[in-house]
Amino acid sequence: MAGRAQPVSGFPGISAALLVVALILGTLGAVALRAEAGTGLGASDWAALRFTLTQASLSALLSVGLAVPVARALARRRFPGRALLIALLGAPFILPVIVAILGLLAVFGRAGWLSSFFGLIGLEPVQIYGLHGVVLAHVFFNLPLATRLILQGWQEIPAERFRLAAQLKAGPLAMWRLLEGPMLRRVAPGALAVVFAICLSSFAVALTLGGGPRATTIELAIYQAFRFDFDLGRAALLSGVQLLLTGAAALAALRVSAGEGFGAGLDRAVRRWDGQGAAARGLDAAWIALSAGFLLLPLAAIVLSGLPGLADLNSTVWRAAGNSILVAAISTVILLALALPMAAAAAAGRNSLTELSGILGLAASPLVIGTGLFILIYPVADPFALALPVTALVNAVMALPFAMRILVPRAREVLGRYGRLSLSLDMQGWAFVRRVYLPRMRAQTGFAAGLAAALSMGDLGVVALFADPDFATLPLQIYRLMGAYRMDAAAGAALLLLVLSMGAFWILDRGGRWHAEV
Amino acid sequence: MKHLAFAAGLLGASAAFAETPELTVYTYDSFVSDWGPGPAVEKAFEAVCGCDLKLVGAGDGAALLARVKLEGERSDADVVLGLDTNLTSAAKQTGLFAEHAVSAEYALPVEWNDATFVPYDWGYFAFVHNADAAAPADFKALAESDKKIVIQDPRSSTPGLGLLLWVKAAYGDEAPEIWTGLSDNIVTVTKGWSEAYGMFLEGEADMVLSYTTSPAYHLIAEEDGSKSAAAFDEGHYMQVEVAGKLANTDQPELADQFLAFMVSDAFQSIIPTTNWMYPAVTPAAGLPKGFETLIAPEKSLLLSETEAAELRDAALGEWLDALSQ
Repeated sequence: MAGRAQPVSGFPGISAALLVVALILGTLGAVALRAEAGTGLGASDWAALRFTLTQASLSALLSVGLAVPVARALARRRFPGRALLIALLGAPFILPVIVAILGLLAVFGRAGWLSSFFGLIGLEPVQIYGLHGVVLAHVFFNLPLATRLILQGWQEIPAERFRLAAQLKAGPLAMWRLLEGPMLRRVAPGALAVVFAICLSSFAVALTLGGGPRATTIELAIYQAFRFDFDLGRAALLSGVQLLLTGAAALAALRVSAGEGFGAGLDRAVRRWDGQGAAARGLDAAWIALSAGFLLLPLAAIVLSGLPGLADLNSTVWRAAGNSILVAAISTVILLALALPMAAAAAAGRNSLTELSGILGLAASPLVIGTGLFILIYPVADPFALALPVTALVNAVMALPFAMRILVPRAREVLGRYGRLSLSLDMQGWAFVRRVYLPRMRAQTGFAAGLAAALSMGDLGVVALFADPDFATLPLQIYRLMGAYRMDAAAGAALLLLVLSMGAFWILDRGGRWHAEV
Repeated sequence: MKHLAFAAGLLGASAAFAETPELTVYTYDSFVSDWGPGPAVEKAFEAVCGCDLKLVGAGDGAALLARVKLEGERSDADVVLGLDTNLTSAAKQTGLFAEHAVSAEYALPVEWNDATFVPYDWGYFAFVHNADAAAPADFKALAESDKKIVIQDPRSSTPGLGLLLWVKAAYGDEAPEIWTGLSDNIVTVTKGWSEAYGMFLEGEADMVLSYTTSPAYHLIAEEDGSKSAAAFDEGHYMQVEVAGKLANTDQPELADQFLAFMVSDAFQSIIPTTNWMYPAVTPAAGLPKGFETLIAPEKSLLLSETEAAELRDAALGEWLDALSQ
């Protein structure tokens, strides 16, 4: 569709993309320029780079690889609680890192549920610490996201295609070759790139589950450069390496993911006639049960440990919760203002600048962005006074990669299906956006907004660098409670955060759904 | 007339408000949190200074120094509170700090005569464990035992760096062997203190690197006497937390007044049960009940700031080598 006339201009989207690139590279540049003569990359940095690449590749392959059968099972089956399960899939992803680590360890740790169970039947406790622990934790975080992205791919196959396939008595192989395979080729590479990028900038999870300094990632090296060596040059250099790696992964994903969409449908509720055999049903049930157990057990641990602490929550925690909701709301609005035009531009244009800039937010180190913003803002304004807008803006940029993965495939379909018709009716620009683009994007917009709101709510992000006593978000209060030995109250606050994030996600995601399908 | 009087009163009030000087103190985040010393300190100082004390939190000690470096001479801060002796050497090298004129009867186990920084509290690093379990008596016994420990990464955590220097101060060139011996006891290394302590409380490890004063929190705030700190024969490494005045402050007298206030009873009596550290000057009323149950190390270890700065990088290299096998 490249080069064809389009009913929307790419200009607003490209402007938004340039803004994002300017923010990410500008802050990186600001840090680099403040650097005094520092050292280049040392042997330990290369070791960190190798470990980072290994764990991120493994985590991405495993997360997406497992997400395919899980998403397929969820796409084919209808059962009570399915909508709730799919909503809960968002949960691991939005937890503050420290909370998620403790939740995972409650299940998989040396003293965890699994080890206790093994002890009952006379087995050794689980050995969770090591590369496999890092990958397990990253799969816990990212399998749900990958599942949602891929499930969405399934839902974008029009109901008529499944009807036609059933009429033609297409078997599992034919279904795969005609519908599912091509769909995965379009969706899976993007999901891989996103998960890879997330794992690339992992730090606390990798270190804790990795069992020690063997599991040093680039992000930890950046942290060390900042606070142990105060070597801003090295920090900027390492952050640049992170950006390059993510950019390369994103470009590769864009190149690999190909193929036209499935054409227009009537947006009817999907009914499936395939996969009704006992073996297929059993297999799907097994996948759903396994993934649900893997994801829900640590969440259950977090809920259980948080319940007693709920009573200890004082007014500061509630005020922080209010701040978090405010930040999440502003952040979501900024995100949509950036992502909707960017998705349209990416779908309409032939250059991949918009898509690429959309993914860079993931690769940017929060520490570098925060410090860079600080350096840029400090000469002109009080950074503390800007804590709220800055946090909201950075959170929006961090959520942008997810939003783009959600919005772009749909935007492509919308332009592909309705572009020519709209042009022939001379419906262009705002009229097209209002009457065709936005209504057709409703479900994806809701999903993206929900994810952005939840992510922003749970992210400690740059607020730690800009915090002043009067403005704390809920994740920051959780860290403060833990730092003050109040682990029970912190667990209670974490449960509150989980509920708020899930609530925001649920409301926005539901609000966007266009029919009974998820 | 009434209106005029009202207006005059209003003007007078706002003029008085504008004249209230403001003292800005940069500190670490847990100091300003509602559970830290910040709120009580602010109230106590504002009661005597006729000023507005603005406490600003910035990460932890190392992040605090990074912030001060980034802001340089234009910094709004008048006082920086929360560095320790591992950071003071680098802090002095910035040339941003001014000398002080505070003197006090310090209760520190070591001599204190630093011209730039005033100590406000201190503590010993220690491994905390459940009181009902036996604890090893030194690092070698710990290495030989099957006790599992959680420690913090020296690259991202203040206690982590403290442990690194503890082993270095106690064992010098023998430190790499100690770390190799400990490597199979270490369950994992965390980014910060909170993760490690949380994991210990969840039962992931038998011991966690923390402070000798940690059991006091459980005893006093939770009436729970089930935690102890293990006394090590090599001695315990200390952390001394200090504050200093910035040379470019626009409130030099207030800053001096704050530093003097900091070693007074009003400030020092807040420290033990909010920062859970030993006050630098023992308050007239003594330490809170419960502190007498804590272990009192016979030997205090502390590298001078120049030694700490010199040994830091080499010690980190040894640590990484031993634990990356």
